[in-house]
Amino acid sequence: MTTARTLFEKVWADHVVVDETPDTPAVLYIDLHLIHEVTTPQAFSLLRDKGLPVRRPDLTLATMDHSTPTTPVASLKDLLVVGESAAAQVRQMQQNCMDFGIELHDFDSEHRGIVHVIGPELGATQPGKTIVCGDSHTSTHGAFGALAFGIGTTEVGHVLATQCLLQRKPKTLAVEVSGALGSGVGAKDLILAIIGQIGVDGGTGHVIEYRGRAIEALGMDARMTVCNMSIEAGARAGMIAPDDTTFEYLRGRPRVPQDAAWDRAVARWRALPGDADAEFDRTVSIDAGTLEPMVTFGTNPGMVVGINEPVPDDTGDTSFRKALDYMQLETGKPLTETGVDVVFVGSCTNSRLSDLQQAASVLKGRRVADGVRMLVVPGSQQIKKAAEDIGLDRVFLEAGAEWRESGCSMCLGMNGDTVGRGQLSVSTSNRNFEGRQGIGARTVLASPLTAAASAIHGRIADPRPLLDEG
Amino acid sequence: MQPLTQIRSRTVVLPTRDIDTDQIIPARFLTTTSREGLGAHLFADLRFGSDGEPVAGFPLNSPESEGCEILVAGNNFGCGSSREHAPWALLDHGIRAVISTEIADIFRNNSLKNGLVPVVVRQEIHDRLLASPGAEVLIDVERAMIGLPDGSEVSFPIDGFARYCLVEGIDQLGFLQQQLDEISNYEEQRPWKP
Repeated sequence: MTTARTLFEKVWADHVVVDETPDTPAVLYIDLHLIHEVTTPQAFSLLRDKGLPVRRPDLTLATMDHSTPTTPVASLKDLLVVGESAAAQVRQMQQNCMDFGIELHDFDSEHRGIVHVIGPELGATQPGKTIVCGDSHTSTHGAFGALAFGIGTTEVGHVLATQCLLQRKPKTLAVEVSGALGSGVGAKDLILAIIGQIGVDGGTGHVIEYRGRAIEALGMDARMTVCNMSIEAGARAGMIAPDDTTFEYLRGRPRVPQDAAWDRAVARWRALPGDADAEFDRTVSIDAGTLEPMVTFGTNPGMVVGINEPVPDDTGDTSFRKALDYMQLETGKPLTETGVDVVFVGSCTNSRLSDLQQAASVLKGRRVADGVRMLVVPGSQQIKKAAEDIGLDRVFLEAGAEWRESGCSMCLGMNGDTVGRGQLSVSTSNRNFEGRQGIGARTVLASPLTAAASAIHGRIADPRPLLDEG
Repeated sequence: MQPLTQIRSRTVVLPTRDIDTDQIIPARFLTTTSREGLGAHLFADLRFGSDGEPVAGFPLNSPESEGCEILVAGNNFGCGSSREHAPWALLDHGIRAVISTEIADIFRNNSLKNGLVPVVVRQEIHDRLLASPGAEVLIDVERAMIGLPDGSEVSFPIDGFARYCLVEGIDQLGFLQQQLDEISNYEEQRPWKP
């Protein structure tokens, strides 16, 4: 008799090199190690100090994204890194990849982009793999049925040196999403609602599996948006069972198996979804049909309401009051009266082609309001090209928005793209933490549709009336 | 890593809940290639005003916080990004343990690998510690016990392996390297190759 297993348990068991015991954690094998310039220099220094090689450079993939400027340039070689220390970090990354034999998608690579965008785009992200990166949004790759999670720099060193990590097996949390998302309501609204429901620490110690009709109906870009923000609920990983949508996305991509090997891979992937009677440590449920476009009002992603709801009542908690003070918002007031200074469409959460198409669908034939700066930052150079091929760049530029080179950009204010002190930003990124987008910046997280509608109105706005106008 | 068996110190209290790693150290300070010197940027936007001067009333700016090695923080400390710069900055500032009711997963892992002790206590103990900044607390890593100001002791959860590594000063990479034969066997024998 075999025990029924969840998707997570199958992937976990497939990668245990040495079982965990009460005294020692499991040795877990890593199939894909994604690296970027910010969280790796100290790990490479450790390797140099100890005279160690990278064990599997062939399973390591590097890009530049965090401190990469997104200012439009004629040639990518002209990209000028802002600040000497960031420039030194970028040079260090180039040197490290060269010395240790790692494939790097450098500034002039047509495949450069945000690490969590290019992994799937290249087909390096595949169902059933274990994937890590020194970046908490590694959870994104779970959209393919991979076990993917963020690690610190010491652990980056462990994986570089041994291709393994010491890990205790996490618990499992099923998020069952029934119903269907309404018009103008998307994956970003869904994941914000889930985080609002379970809280920013609701997933701590757990791997989430998103399940149900509403999840199965999502395309891969949308699934990545959902899994991306698992960490904002405290869960290191979020997973979705692979299905035909997954396989169709991956078919023919540069790094996936081809021909007969593709068929064998798909057969293996089809066995990954959890067994029907597999049990989770916890289950929560949400009805997608009840959701509105969601926006945050506070300083973490769990402080979220429907767009037409007022700022919630003061809980009496000092942290709640501190968050409202920082955001300069008042309890009971509608968020839709709040003026907007900056709109950012981009980040590993919402910078893929379908995200840009949604923003463009609202902006087409309209103008960004006077006094609002809108940045549209594609997640990769491939997405930039695909968007330009269908004329999205023209839509954005004609509406008065900026069309930029790819990168993390304004998500985290460390590459020259920042929101000014006190300015309010409606952002499709993942974190509305104090100072995340710049010192004193006030961030409202929203979907690409809501961000675009807010840019047009110059205040936080429900996108649905604009969609109805066609 | 130096062996770490006990920390005895007065506490500094930061009662805000959900303090994320962007608050612990903002992203603009992550353009370094070193792990040294990050204490200067610890809680940068909370500790220093726009004029660069220390913010009066921020607990880590008070003279009493000088020399405090134990930070008592509001619920769910260390959520957000995976930046190991967060524990590096705390350690560089002189903080060697963080007490809260919940500590985010990646931050906890990163802390344990650097000799910063994450200590989770139940609400009632937390409330008492929040209410008594400057109280002397003993964190006994070896016994996984906290000695409270009133002389009582409570245990705290810590993974046995992580505790062993802290107490013995063992680098976990060394342990992983001892498994290299198993890792090679796994690579050779697995039915599919990544």
